Amino acid sequence: MSIEENRNCGCNCMCNEEENTVDCDMRREMIQEIRCLEFGITELALYLDTHPEDEKALCLHRKYCKQVKDLKDKYQKVYGPLTINYPCNKWRWLEEPWPWERGNF
Amino acid sequence: MWTYNKMLQYPINIKCTDPKLAKVIISQYGGPDGELAASLRYLSQRFGMPDQKAKAILNDIGTEELAHLEMVGTIVHQLTKDASIEEIEKAGLSAYYTDHGVDVYPQAAAGFPFNAGVLACKGDPIANLQEDLAAEQKARATYEKLIDLCRDNADVLDPLRYLREREIVHFQRFGEALRGVQDKLAEKKYYMNDNNC
Repeated sequence: MSIEENRNCGCNCMCNEEENTVDCDMRREMIQEIRCLEFGITELALYLDTHPEDEKALCLHRKYCKQVKDLKDKYQKVYGPLTINYPCNKWRWLEEPWPWERGNF
Repeated sequence: MWTYNKMLQYPINIKCTDPKLAKVIISQYGGPDGELAASLRYLSQRFGMPDQKAKAILNDIGTEELAHLEMVGTIVHQLTKDASIEEIEKAGLSAYYTDHGVDVYPQAAAGFPFNAGVLACKGDPIANLQEDLAAEQKARATYEKLIDLCRDNADVLDPLRYLREREIVHFQRFGEALRGVQDKLAEKKYYMNDNNC
């Protein structure tokens, strides 16, 4: 695997090992799912700001909030914190690439 | 207060350096219709809004604009980070490089630094919301011009298209908030004289 491909993977793992490639894919998939849910929540929140009586939107908002909470808990346990209010035994905030860096998740 | 989420609102992974594109995209970072102006405009105007819906929408869209500011900064950063000095010169970025290196500095495409004069807090909720509607349209138009200029770079086009779409949603929500404020201000006021006090 070239350096370029390795960089695009973005995590600190060595992606020429098959096991870690799988892990990278899984991580990417998980963060993408979190992003989708967060987007849905933002979009619904803006809509609810001007349509607070819409029960259907409120119900969907509740559903996505619960799903993203569960998924974030699962993600952060394995890949480190997404916010500084996630408790760690070791300060893992510095370990992962920042969102603006190439090859981020 | 805010809590930082260590993720982008929409993924950005630009494989090839291209400082020429960065030179124009930076306008959506610190230019007149950029994300910094948008976030400051809404977060400053929210204090004076007369109803709950308008306060909420300015607060929440202002917050989303901060996420967009980070996205535009990320695009500029990834387009310039590994640029050679020759590429920087060829892109016409020698002046920028002199003052800022390849840091991401809030300025317009034409080179003037961010100016709070581009946002108005007029002390009038109707005027403010009308300004916000125009601001969203101007940002949409700017993204469309950037999309024209970046037509050959799929990695850049994808997040630009996403950001353009958000302007349209925000315009819609501001229109609804404006209607709410107009209705509230048009309500008849009744003054009761309480004889017991």
